[in-house]
Amino acid sequence: MVAVIPDVVLGATVPVGSGTRRGRGRWGRLVVLAIGAGYFLLPLLCAFWFSIDDRVHGRATFAAYSGIFTAQGVPAAFFMSLRLALAAIVITVALMVPTMLVLHLRVPAMRPVVETLCLMPLVIPPVALVIGIGQVISADWAQTGPVASFVESLQSGSTPWILAFSYVVLALPFTYRALDAGIRSIDAQTLVEAARGLGAGWGVVTVRVLLPALRTAVLNAAFLAFALAFGEYTLATFLQYTTFSVAIVKAGSAEGQLQTSLSIMSLLVTWVLLLLISLLGRSYRTSRRARS
Amino acid sequence: MTAEIQRRSSPGAPAGGTAARPAGDAGSHPRRFRPAWLLLLPFFGYLAVFFLLPTGAIVLSAFRSTDSESGVTSFTGSNVTGALHGVYLTSIENSIELSLISAAVGAVLGLLLAWAIVNSTSGLLGRLTSTAAAVLANFGGVPLAFLFVFTVGNSGVLTTLLDKHLGLGLGSDLHFNLYSIVGLEVVYLYFQIPMMILVITPALQGLRPQWQEAAASLGASRWQYWRHVAGPVLAPNVLGSVLLLFCTSFSAFATANALIGGTFPIIPIQIFSIFDGNVIAGQENLGAALSMIMIVVVVPLTLAYQLLQRRTTRWLR
Repeated sequence: MVAVIPDVVLGATVPVGSGTRRGRGRWGRLVVLAIGAGYFLLPLLCAFWFSIDDRVHGRATFAAYSGIFTAQGVPAAFFMSLRLALAAIVITVALMVPTMLVLHLRVPAMRPVVETLCLMPLVIPPVALVIGIGQVISADWAQTGPVASFVESLQSGSTPWILAFSYVVLALPFTYRALDAGIRSIDAQTLVEAARGLGAGWGVVTVRVLLPALRTAVLNAAFLAFALAFGEYTLATFLQYTTFSVAIVKAGSAEGQLQTSLSIMSLLVTWVLLLLISLLGRSYRTSRRARS
Repeated sequence: MTAEIQRRSSPGAPAGGTAARPAGDAGSHPRRFRPAWLLLLPFFGYLAVFFLLPTGAIVLSAFRSTDSESGVTSFTGSNVTGALHGVYLTSIENSIELSLISAAVGAVLGLLLAWAIVNSTSGLLGRLTSTAAAVLANFGGVPLAFLFVFTVGNSGVLTTLLDKHLGLGLGSDLHFNLYSIVGLEVVYLYFQIPMMILVITPALQGLRPQWQEAAASLGASRWQYWRHVAGPVLAPNVLGSVLLLFCTSFSAFATANALIGGTFPIIPIQIFSIFDGNVIAGQENLGAALSMIMIVVVVPLTLAYQLLQRRTTRWLR
């Protein structure tokens, strides 16, 4: 999986259309768009049809959707994924917001290093990363002494923290870009200098100037971390935790309608989440522009 | 000016990036010398434990093996050799074929679709398509597999419809089997095309209308414009995107496993079956070797992508 998030989502202003909107080639474009829409909508519509098709009575039924929260094992998996996603958000924000602020304001020289590190999870396939995690937690030195109890506590309990911590790493390419774009767009340096010039300390500057100005960027990063952590499958299935995605697969083809309804719901929820991010960014930008 | 203010308000702190971190309230305490980069330590520590350590463990483990009788661990190249033979070599070849085809087809179709979208989007449609593309490209995984299973799988809606109304068997007459490499390629396109749209759209938006107008006023046809102006400008970007798509397919696991599961001859699934304990104990090192091979394939391609991207952004901004 490679983190590619369009600029609309990250809050950069994007030119719409490149000015070649002319009569010529219009039909070509429409045909291409129609075929594309067909390819992408067909599986969705078929899956939706499957999920509501009551084969016994030959009519539509929404039992698969209303039954999501009573299905065997699904609620538990749903709440585990929810806890993991929330944990990933908290860790991400606690770790990355201070890091990015320090990086931009105090040690810009380190920016290339941090950027490279943040983008590195892209080049390590999750399958490989989880093999490495498995090697580490089963290593001899991780099985003895105080390290052992720490490693143990990461894996046991109702929230497998090892997953939450790893999801933060997997989400880094997304969260880095979201926060980086946010900090660049507010001209943090000027804000800090103005506040410092008026006698504010770093604490006041951070809490009362920077964080309010960055709330959209922080929200973006949080949503992206959430989207990744909530739907993640590879790490969870390797380490044998029944998260939401794993539960969908485990439901088995006998529960086909449940599988499709869960799949459709999970895609839709993520989509609405991203749409929300992009709209939030827009309304925020417009209000800023209106004020200035 | 600003440096001066800073210096005045924080005596003793050196100006510039390595200024000491003022503690709490402005100017009331004497400041201890604490380089600001120390504040980055939590970040570096975190990555060291949860990213660099596991990555290092893969490489280490790939070159080690434990003798099952004596229990002695030694360094060896046999894991890597083993990973390049037999069923594992086949899986590597399959993975490469799958990634090549889905990357090439995905790039062509994605480019075409991106061109159509860029040139006709209203604000809202652009928002809808780009967020939808982001969902499919980044967060698709498991759900994607099931969309296809229940569309063109054994009991899929389309399969049944074709059979019932046209008497066509998807497998017997149209020779399409979802649970094969070809089926996987079709499913992978469902996230490859959106990925291509996402990475190529900024480049397409960067093509200035003036270039086309200039070419047209010099008598160039539309084809000549694409052949001699837009094409060469976009070429590095398109090539880079193909590399990126290749890596995406190459690393993808969730979709394939949800679709096929068990042992299927592509690398990520082979690694899973080793890790899952279906294979004799003592093979973890083989899994690590396969993982390392994946990294060795993906890293240079991603670097090449970055370089090609940088080369294009010089023109397109």
